[in-house]
Amino acid sequence: MSGQNPVVQTYSPREFHRQAHDALGNPQIRANFRKAMDGLMAKRSESFDDWDLETLRELGANIRLRALAKLPDLLERLEANCEANGIKVHWAEDGEQACRIIREICESHDARSVIKGKSMVSEEMHLNAHLEEAGIEALESDLGEYLVQLNQQTPSHIIMPAIHLNTDEISEILHDKTGTERTRDVDYMTAAARAQLRERFMAADVGVSGVNFAVAETGTLCLVENEGNGRMTTTVPPVHVAVTGIEKVVEHLRDVPPLYSLLTRSATGQHVTTYFNMISSPRKDGEHDGPREVHLVLVDSGRSRIYQDDELLDTLRCIRCGACMNHCPVYTRVGGHTYGTTYPGPIGSILSPHLMGLDDTKDLPTASSLCGACGEVCPVKIPIPDLLVRLRRESVGEGRGNVAGAGVKRTRKEAAAWKGFQWLATHPFAWRAGTSVAGKLRALTPGKLGAWTDYRTAPKPAGTTLHALVKRHQANRSEQAGKSHEEERR
Amino acid sequence: MTAVKLYPPRPDKIYLFGTCLIDLLYPEAGMDAIRLLEREGIEVLFPEDQTCCGQPAYTSGYQQEARAVAAAQLDLFPEPWPIVVPSGSCGGMMRTHYPQLFAGTDREAQAGEVAGRIFELTEFLVHVCHLQLEDRGEPEKVAMHTSCSARREMGLAETGPALLAKLGQVELVEQARAAECCGFGGTFAVRHPEVSAAMVEDKTQAIEATGARRFVTSDCGCMMNIGGRFAKQNKAVEGEHIASYLWRRTS
Repeated sequence: MSGQNPVVQTYSPREFHRQAHDALGNPQIRANFRKAMDGLMAKRSESFDDWDLETLRELGANIRLRALAKLPDLLERLEANCEANGIKVHWAEDGEQACRIIREICESHDARSVIKGKSMVSEEMHLNAHLEEAGIEALESDLGEYLVQLNQQTPSHIIMPAIHLNTDEISEILHDKTGTERTRDVDYMTAAARAQLRERFMAADVGVSGVNFAVAETGTLCLVENEGNGRMTTTVPPVHVAVTGIEKVVEHLRDVPPLYSLLTRSATGQHVTTYFNMISSPRKDGEHDGPREVHLVLVDSGRSRIYQDDELLDTLRCIRCGACMNHCPVYTRVGGHTYGTTYPGPIGSILSPHLMGLDDTKDLPTASSLCGACGEVCPVKIPIPDLLVRLRRESVGEGRGNVAGAGVKRTRKEAAAWKGFQWLATHPFAWRAGTSVAGKLRALTPGKLGAWTDYRTAPKPAGTTLHALVKRHQANRSEQAGKSHEEERR
Repeated sequence: MTAVKLYPPRPDKIYLFGTCLIDLLYPEAGMDAIRLLEREGIEVLFPEDQTCCGQPAYTSGYQQEARAVAAAQLDLFPEPWPIVVPSGSCGGMMRTHYPQLFAGTDREAQAGEVAGRIFELTEFLVHVCHLQLEDRGEPEKVAMHTSCSARREMGLAETGPALLAKLGQVELVEQARAAECCGFGGTFAVRHPEVSAAMVEDKTQAIEATGARRFVTSDCGCMMNIGGRFAKQNKAVEGEHIASYLWRRTS
């Protein structure tokens, strides 16, 4: 757990409100996110310019749905085909077991140092802290992850872990932790980090990476990246351990290109990434490079529980592009750390409750105005707003009850208020009487209505309700109609 | 949203579902919608027993309560006339979520049938009435805020601006990040007041920067939020429901 390492800056989903307050009051954070998200939104929309985006999203959604429909079978095929290729497959029920498996692989090679490619699943299971406890150093090699690790933070975005930092802050971190010159020269800083990391790649005993798509029919692990650190991580050290959630499997190799096209465009607006790695075996006899051993750790961590529910299942379609957070007006304002979870933003708010339980995450499904921007851009058409509502239902105890912590948010007071609303809205006479009285007493409307009026004026009931105005209007009309009818008769 | 919707020919009668916000806070917007429709020669039926579409309970997770409230509305529209709703938010609730709410219940078919007759007001005026307008107002710049439900849930980003474009003296100006949420989100504004406040602050700044002194919207929730923020700061920018704006300038 990150809590075991006191220097790492930690955030908790339980503290969403306080963390949001802090972020909203931090002009640097606000400016960094706004600028970055504006840029990412523009790049995404430009990259899809000449595409029939809806057709492609439909295709992406169907590929993921087909894979999920056959998930148990595909996982077995993946295992068989990986093993046939010489990749050792491990199954982990939860993050702790996955950490243990990876630590044991490291220990069996007397490994002291691990180099890591970007992997959100490894963040989810707090792999670095676990390895460090066992005396194994884990170094992040993705530039953003490297910076975040140097700065003793956690990623604030699933694709761009250091998006909360601007150039000056990055310069300061590199200067402070690695002794580089203070500069705004991005090329200088990148070159410095590259040189620092290069040595570590050569010295690492084990490379740990994530997986973007695991292809069942061929036993191939696909890894999407831009910096070459993924290729270094998976080829230079003598042992490569790939770790991923069980939902990342796809059936066919031909399923990969459409998903890849959607992923890179949705994430960063790129048509292709600089590197696309396909890992299908350890080094073979006569080959000059590549790891001697390749392992694949498949992590469940609550995913098979999500899989049991035909609505929640859609959560598992995700290909981790981050477009939902880039387009989220809440994420854009409060930043990734505020959520206090490995996965922030809309996808985090529908996934984290399953990984951590609603007790800890009950404020996340409500942290959305349900504006629908996330669902609109999702490349695999996850109905994110519907899933947010479903989790709200679970948290007040009116769902199916199969999410850990279901009912945690239900209070007698709020439940009674909604029952009262129901009674009023299903008794039209009482409704009309009530709204009419509210109108007549409009002078008594409180000028302060909680937090609403801290920022806005209070709404005031109109003197007369629409019901009453319509009645008057209809009376006038029938009177007029009656008159003209009389005139006709004369 | 992406499917092409086939619009019916102009009917003799329609039902109006006025929405609870309009009923209580902005009844003139509802009356102006009625006036616009009647001027087109359409008889407007207003079922007296209508209350609220149930959305507040629905988005708060109170599913049973939402279903009970929605069920009470379902019976109010027995004839096959279109049901016009002067709000994308309530319209989206009735068109999209009623069928979900009653799926697997004995009301499923009825909910689907009612959902199929739901039209948001600007959608109905543009696509069914093919409304023509004669602008009698002074030249004016106006900004439009299309609600997220109208824009994304109902796919109606164009109908509001299309109506404003028929007003010869009106220049529609577009604020920065026009498609971004104003931060209302019903109970969101209450549960996450600071985030909501940051969003409406950005929205008011963007509208003010256009130089328009007026913004129109077809959703009273957004109007209450954005207009309330302007008023709190004593800014001279006013909000108006698009039905009132269209009626006022053409009557």
